[in-house]
Amino acid sequence: MSPPPDSTGPDPIPPLVDHLFRTEYTRLVAFLTRRLGAERLGVAEDIASEALLAALKRWPQSGVPDNPGAWLVEVARRRAIDLFRRDRVSVRMETAIQAELIASLDDAVPVAAGTDPLADDQLRLIFLCCHPALPRISRVALTLKIASGLSVREIGRAFLSDEIAVAQRLARARKLLREIHAPVELPPAGEIAVRLDAVLDVLYLTFTEGHTAHEGDELVRHELCHEALRLAELLLQRPDTAAPKVHALAALFCFLAARFPTRLGADGIPVLLADQDRSRWDRMLIHRGLQHLDRSAEGAEISRYHLEAEIAGHHSLASTWDATNWPAILTAYDRLLALSPSPVVALHRAVAVRQVEGDAAALTALEAAPHLATLGRFPAYHSLRGELLVGLGRTGEGVSAIRRAAELARSTPVRRLLERRVAGLAVANVMTRDPGASR
Amino acid sequence: MSQFLLILHDTTKALASISPEEMQRVVERYRAWSTRVAEAGQLRGGEKLKDEGGKHLTREAGKYVVRDGPFSEVNEVIGGYFIIEAADYKAAVAICADCPHLDLKGRIELREVDAM
Repeated sequence: MSPPPDSTGPDPIPPLVDHLFRTEYTRLVAFLTRRLGAERLGVAEDIASEALLAALKRWPQSGVPDNPGAWLVEVARRRAIDLFRRDRVSVRMETAIQAELIASLDDAVPVAAGTDPLADDQLRLIFLCCHPALPRISRVALTLKIASGLSVREIGRAFLSDEIAVAQRLARARKLLREIHAPVELPPAGEIAVRLDAVLDVLYLTFTEGHTAHEGDELVRHELCHEALRLAELLLQRPDTAAPKVHALAALFCFLAARFPTRLGADGIPVLLADQDRSRWDRMLIHRGLQHLDRSAEGAEISRYHLEAEIAGHHSLASTWDATNWPAILTAYDRLLALSPSPVVALHRAVAVRQVEGDAAALTALEAAPHLATLGRFPAYHSLRGELLVGLGRTGEGVSAIRRAAELARSTPVRRLLERRVAGLAVANVMTRDPGASR
Repeated sequence: MSQFLLILHDTTKALASISPEEMQRVVERYRAWSTRVAEAGQLRGGEKLKDEGGKHLTREAGKYVVRDGPFSEVNEVIGGYFIIEAADYKAAVAICADCPHLDLKGRIELREVDAM
């Protein structure tokens, strides 16, 4: 037997671009959904998966094509046309609609050098996934599944939720989009500002979920943050969606992501911002964040994202916790609390008050926070209150509060961090016979 | 040295539920495997076959009959093949042992080419 000369082994080709399959998945779903309509979102997802599967089977033996994206679009297009020609009955379609769909699939994808011809399709897809008719949590799940190419299992892992529950939520979301005949278009000029807010809210939730240190797959969590930033920067590529607040959100993501290398100690226990080794922060991301922050100042509106980005930016630029520009951070928190009063903002503001005005003022601020009952469910509230009490010499009360925080902690690493603190305080208390302990 | 045919049986169902990111890792592992086997001078050829299952020919009552594949009852298709060179079955099995095809719940059928 004499095999063809090119089949004796693949060329020494470089590894695939990071996340190529995931990125291509979303491009394919975007391409197909644009042409097939939101009511065939599920069909588009299936065809996109099949095209990737074809690559999975083909590329190891034939090598990766020069333009993998174009190759995949071609495979997806052919599969879709085949599906509508052959399986017209199973998708219950009228001949006229079938012809129209096939024609739309036959349209050439314009290719301009240096730009992604499917970028607009992807933006349409993001707006579809963040449709206001969907519940907020479904928007997040659908965006991750479709606009980010995460699997149901990965979404479940990221949100500590059951795979079946995620699948059902997605199925309900697709059904709803079908029922309301949601258009796969960018919202009209009059609506785009409001619809953009819904998209930013989803990106913010996605990033926060990835960033908040509770249990779950650390790798997938970083992916969530990476995706939120990627989608924000996709919005920035187009004038109608490149609002200054999108730059502000992207800046916030960059500043927070820059700290990833130092968030966890070698033992897997979170390291507090005050104790992180700042020399290991990602300078490139901080730089990118500063560029976004710069561009975010171009409009008249100051959104909560502006204020949060400003705060995160101050942290990124400070050489130490103590050398941080706390007065500026406190001012930003004051404005943030006025703009969107929330228990979490009040909690973070109290930290800034402590740095600027001391423990007593911080305790007063903390206890004046809105929705104190809600705040009481957060371990961070009790641990901060505990630290403030300890700082004021009321060690016994302080230790109880930190112990309460440890009880409420959702994740084992955070609980261990708090327990370690309680143990440390108990030792210090015995050594100094702190008068606060007898109160 | 003998030549061995690796027949790659695919069970497409196992692939249906993996994520794009996982697919990419499989492709990387596949390429690493085939590059390594090729660099060791053990790879003699290989092709992917089309997915549609092919045709099955028989002669019945003097006439040939063509049926559409796939032919096995477990919904398996032969996805492709490799030809490798190895001293004996033991060595050939060692080459196949870390082939990513097995990670995908696929099956490898290993047959020695009869050089007689």
